[in-house]
Amino acid sequence: MGRRVAIVGTGHSKFGVRNDVNIPELAYEAIRQALDEAGIEKKDIDLVVTGYVGGWSSEGLAPVVVMEYAGLTGKPAYRIEAACATGSAAIKTAHDAVAAGEADIALVVGVEKMNESPTPTVVEFIGRAGNYFWEFENFGLTFPGYYALYATAYMQKYGATEEDLCKVAVKNHYYASFNPKAQFPRQITLEQCLKSRYIAWPLKLFDCSPITDGAAAVVLASEEIAEKLTDSPVWIEAIGVSSGTSNLSRRPYFTNLPAAKIAAQAAYKKAGIDPENPVKYLDLAEVHDCFTIAEIMAYEDLGFAKPGEGYKLIREEQTYIGGVIPVNLSGGLKAKGHPLAATGISMAVDLTRQLQGRVEKGRQAEIKHGRALAHNIGGTGHYAYVTIYSLSKPRSA
Amino acid sequence: MVLPVWWRKRIPRYRFVGALCKDCGRIHYPPRNACPYCGSRNLELVPLPRRGVLESYSIVYSVPGDNRLNAPLPIGLIRLENGVRVVAELTDVVPEKLENGIEVEAVIRRIGEDGETGTILYGVKFRPALGRK
Ligand SMILES: [Zn+2]
Repeated sequence: MGRRVAIVGTGHSKFGVRNDVNIPELAYEAIRQALDEAGIEKKDIDLVVTGYVGGWSSEGLAPVVVMEYAGLTGKPAYRIEAACATGSAAIKTAHDAVAAGEADIALVVGVEKMNESPTPTVVEFIGRAGNYFWEFENFGLTFPGYYALYATAYMQKYGATEEDLCKVAVKNHYYASFNPKAQFPRQITLEQCLKSRYIAWPLKLFDCSPITDGAAAVVLASEEIAEKLTDSPVWIEAIGVSSGTSNLSRRPYFTNLPAAKIAAQAAYKKAGIDPENPVKYLDLAEVHDCFTIAEIMAYEDLGFAKPGEGYKLIREEQTYIGGVIPVNLSGGLKAKGHPLAATGISMAVDLTRQLQGRVEKGRQAEIKHGRALAHNIGGTGHYAYVTIYSLSKPRSA
Repeated sequence: MVLPVWWRKRIPRYRFVGALCKDCGRIHYPPRNACPYCGSRNLELVPLPRRGVLESYSIVYSVPGDNRLNAPLPIGLIRLENGVRVVAELTDVVPEKLENGIEVEAVIRRIGEDGETGTILYGVKFRPALGRK
């Protein structure tokens, strides 16, 4: 048990190919906005947590250069890494510090400049996000290759088609078209997706999230401070965390991600959400659609659909606004972009703004329950974070 | 790669072996020195069955590094006859004829070259089993 923690400010850079800025400049776009929204000054911050995977850009010690640029030198600081779930891990770490009373106000920032390396280098680097010797060096199994193994297993077991996968991409591009911060703020057709080239059969170019530069930031505050700063804090109600085996071949099954299921169950338990029917408690979700198949598996791992029926949700357009549960109204990793360390924080930023009813027209969900869910996966199910954000103050901290 | 790394990898690279835990009976692939289930360090290398069933597969078109000359690359997730699972490259396959559930068998094949020295590397791949039902 600890103190209740809320988001009191959010910031989000434009995602895309950002050759116009360096890492600290990019991070500062998000930091400045988050501090302004929170109405605080730099001196009010007790802790800075920076999410950064790095490896493809020149900066080895990102937090140090980011903090110097932002005028935050001297604050307690460290870097957090959990592959593609880095952003959520950074939020969890800062949340725990505030809950424990170690900090009253914490700044969480995630930044990545993935376009500073040529694409093959990035593909190689991400490919190592498994078990390096056994699955990468031996024969070059790429990151899309891992998810393709899931896709093939899923499609053959349950009868989902490449068209079902492409429908996820069409939806996420549709909502990205209303999000000016998205890397690809434009719609695509089902045909465009189906005709795109194979990256790792059955996954095509339009099934894959892009290589993205971007930054996102949130300001977290303790209950007492949060209620002084704003009359509409968004509370972090629950965070469920789990992990998976490094070798894909050691997983018990290949049609879902075991770590995601465990993380979801933990989050639902803490938030008092019925795991049999979570959609009755939630207004919307952001899920980790690094590949279209990943969004379909997420529907099932989160209990939005029964095992084997996730693809029917997208086939019946139940994850659009007006459906059973709207998913990825930001455009998702697929169309908003996926700057690894910024992704989980970007989810927090967007869900906060959604709950407060202030995102762009065309992608604003109807807020009835005042609750939203973020599902952030690292690697191919190596890390899983499920976070519940809420407008009402949690029963317990 | 440096010499000690080559040395450490010589057995797993050229032999198709797993590690049998003599205390709980589980077989681990890749082989390892300790059992993650019972904590035992009493493990020995054992040959793995050469036959198995294809549980999933992909044809990887975008291949990084030195391997890109070999693209497209068929990759399989294989369940061996003793239940142990292996992710490996597939060989001698017609991609259109692949499907989950077919029988496959392990063979030693050239897997590439070391970029610096040009040394030819060999390793285990799987092909559709000969004489299968
Ligand atoms: Zn054992």
